[in-house]
Amino acid sequence: MDPKEELMLLEDSLDRITEKAKELGLDFYDMFFEICPADILYTFGAYGMPTRFSHWSFGKAYHRMKTQYDYNLSRIYEMVINSNPCYAFLLEGNSIIQNKLVIAHVLGHCDFFKNNAYFKNTSRGMVESMAAAAERFREYEFKYGRPKVESFIDAAIAISEHIEPRVMIKKKNEKEGRRQGRKESCRIERSPSPYDDLWDLEKGQECQEDCSEKEKIFPPEPEKDLMLFIEQNSRDLDDWQRDIISVLRQEMLFFWPQMETKIMNEGWASYWHLRIMRDLDLDESETLEFAKMHSGIIQTSRTRINPYTLGLKIFEDIEKRWDNPTPEEKEKYGRPGGEGKQKIFEVRATENDISFIRNYLTRELVEELDLYLYKKVGNEWKIVDKEWQTVRDGIVTSLKNCGYPYITVQNADYNKHGELYLKHHYEGIELDVYYVEKTIPHLYTLWGRPIHLETTLDNKRILFSYDGEKNNKKFL
Amino acid sequence: MSGTNFIISREDWSLHRKGEIDRERHREKVREAIKKNLADIVSEESIIMHDGRKIIKVPIRSLDEFHFRFDYGKQKHGGQGDGSSKKGDVVYTEPQKGPGKGKGAGEEPGVDYYEADVTIDELAAMIFEDLGLPNLEQKKKPEIASESVEYNDVRKKGIASNIDRKRTIKEAIKRNALKGERGLPKITPEDLRFKTWDLTYKFESNAVVLAMMDTSGSMGPFEKYIARSFFFWMVRFLRTKYNNVQIVFLAHHTEAKETTEEEFFTKGTSGGTRCSSVYKLALEIIEKRYSPQDYNIYAFHFSDGDNLVSDNDKCIRLIKELLEVCNLVGYGEIEGSYYYTSTLKTTYKRINNPNFTWVSIKDKSGVYPALKKFFSQAPDQSGSSNLS
Repeated sequence: MDPKEELMLLEDSLDRITEKAKELGLDFYDMFFEICPADILYTFGAYGMPTRFSHWSFGKAYHRMKTQYDYNLSRIYEMVINSNPCYAFLLEGNSIIQNKLVIAHVLGHCDFFKNNAYFKNTSRGMVESMAAAAERFREYEFKYGRPKVESFIDAAIAISEHIEPRVMIKKKNEKEGRRQGRKESCRIERSPSPYDDLWDLEKGQECQEDCSEKEKIFPPEPEKDLMLFIEQNSRDLDDWQRDIISVLRQEMLFFWPQMETKIMNEGWASYWHLRIMRDLDLDESETLEFAKMHSGIIQTSRTRINPYTLGLKIFEDIEKRWDNPTPEEKEKYGRPGGEGKQKIFEVRATENDISFIRNYLTRELVEELDLYLYKKVGNEWKIVDKEWQTVRDGIVTSLKNCGYPYITVQNADYNKHGELYLKHHYEGIELDVYYVEKTIPHLYTLWGRPIHLETTLDNKRILFSYDGEKNNKKFL
Repeated sequence: MSGTNFIISREDWSLHRKGEIDRERHREKVREAIKKNLADIVSEESIIMHDGRKIIKVPIRSLDEFHFRFDYGKQKHGGQGDGSSKKGDVVYTEPQKGPGKGKGAGEEPGVDYYEADVTIDELAAMIFEDLGLPNLEQKKKPEIASESVEYNDVRKKGIASNIDRKRTIKEAIKRNALKGERGLPKITPEDLRFKTWDLTYKFESNAVVLAMMDTSGSMGPFEKYIARSFFFWMVRFLRTKYNNVQIVFLAHHTEAKETTEEEFFTKGTSGGTRCSSVYKLALEIIEKRYSPQDYNIYAFHFSDGDNLVSDNDKCIRLIKELLEVCNLVGYGEIEGSYYYTSTLKTTYKRINNPNFTWVSIKDKSGVYPALKKFFSQAPDQSGSSNLS
């Protein structure tokens, strides 16, 4: 089809679909759609953004995705950014019907970004901030040389998941903590920066403290935000290095809500593309194409849970149960019925994946969807649990902290030598030891002094250390 | 636009190369990592024993993106059945690891490699980057001349894709300057200059390699594997770097015979060892087919050194004869699990000729240094520069 004609057709369907979506109650930002060729879409997919700093790991991701596309193994149809206006990228070569589905799906995502509580504090101007950061990183490369910048990014990326996403909730404790910890941190020399006057603001507060008080452990409370902690307290970092840590942390804060609502977000978008497409008048061949594409999206797998399928099923189930409650539900919860629509909008606004699964994955659903937990036994992976509560809780466990180990800073002056002591909060799953020993040297690059990580192996507490030259471990 | 709050557009993305640039950087890093691990990769069984596949997977550890993560093998994971799953059903079976694999880090549980896809030729090119055929001399009879294209002329007419931009712009500036003006004027058809090419023939020196291997009973699977790895790479190398190399495969126990490449690597024989037999055969073949006047001749012999003691003196004599007609004679001794008091190696130590090289290989990682030693170019006669 002629590109111009195609664009007009698309504009026409966009018009109808957005109208329909609004009519059904979706609430989204202004939309900015862009049609782009596969290699561009896959670039965005690999970087998670249209413009982001350069790093070989993105090249690696891009290579993997692009190869899969080239071999026709997988295909992404769209990519949507949490921004205002909302940017969405469509794959050039999508058929009209594919694009209709994709547009409806994208509107679902955008409604979710705009209304889910966990996205409340995300920066909606991240496209621009990330582009600006990319530009700064490039300047650093010119100034300090690519190898130096690259290896520093390598180090910072290694711990970039270790942030505190509940920034707002944390604030209060932090203030208290900072006052207590101040004593110890007084001794930490900060390299002069243009923002020194900001630190001066806290001086008044500090002086009221009794400075002759006994030494305290710093940080006073275990600190989960390794990135922020290192950015603020590592002694020998240059400004550009602190900037890199800060940027990576901001980007992780931006992506975190998407990671912790993956099931809901995809379920919600799938729910709406189904709903909206049903309302459009499709002819027979279009219906067939649509059905094919939809079934591809919700295809299940024996080895992983498809977030699209699970999310969609749960939303449909909630709607059904609130529209037509059983007599028991009516009596026990005072659910009058007919509130399905209202309920799913409420859920999309207030939950994240963990609470979504915990609150709404019912026994009937676990059984209907045939969900299970499996585990490695010898060289086989076998189903070990089918009991619905165990399965539900197993899924919840895997979602905790977005699937990353929970690690905190315990002491920033361990051995009275400024060494960093971290603790993995063991909850029954051991760490990958090889990865631990490869990751702590990265932390050394950031901290500049020996690193210790306490964790549990075979039910024994063990301390992994790295002193700048070699790894070493001992049971505690 | 129809009054609603959306915009749809289609830009020109042809200049957007970010993904490609970082992909290239990743590739570079893969190559670096491969180079660092060449000693291990050279003797990697899955590569040597590969069954004709063009692309092989090279395990690399250093390109993992390390971070703190759970031990995947000790976690429970969620999955979804088709409605009939039962407790105890097998969801996935890990492929069995091939037997005989060494003590590599890949054996540890829960450890996975990043696997890079490279072609054998690429790998061979990396391994032999600084290496060449030593002592190569221009011989009389270039048997095959290879065609090559060389851009060596500039003309006023040509095809658009071959425009020589620099010269074209120079012409324009020149023309303008003749008029007494500065700067770059509009380029006219008279300014255009095109690069053109000529077909040239590259004459390469001829070389023949005599690959000799001991296939006697004392050569166990390990010894054969080492010899095989060495010859595998040697053959790859010679065929990628030179158009014009012939390889003769000679296997021997107490008697020697010429074999095909395939037989050479796959057939096993048994019996005692008389190395002189293969040297004798080599000399006969050289005399009949490869006159030293026309060919550079390289002879490599691999054995475990467990030769009939009475044969050793004869071996020395024949090696000396070989040295008279060969550019290089190499001997590789694979130190197996036995310990021999009188090995061929100790005998050969007495040979004092710069064109004779020997190495001993104890384990897999010795293959790479052996290749380097045999194919390092003599300082005064750099092989490849003598070629054209």
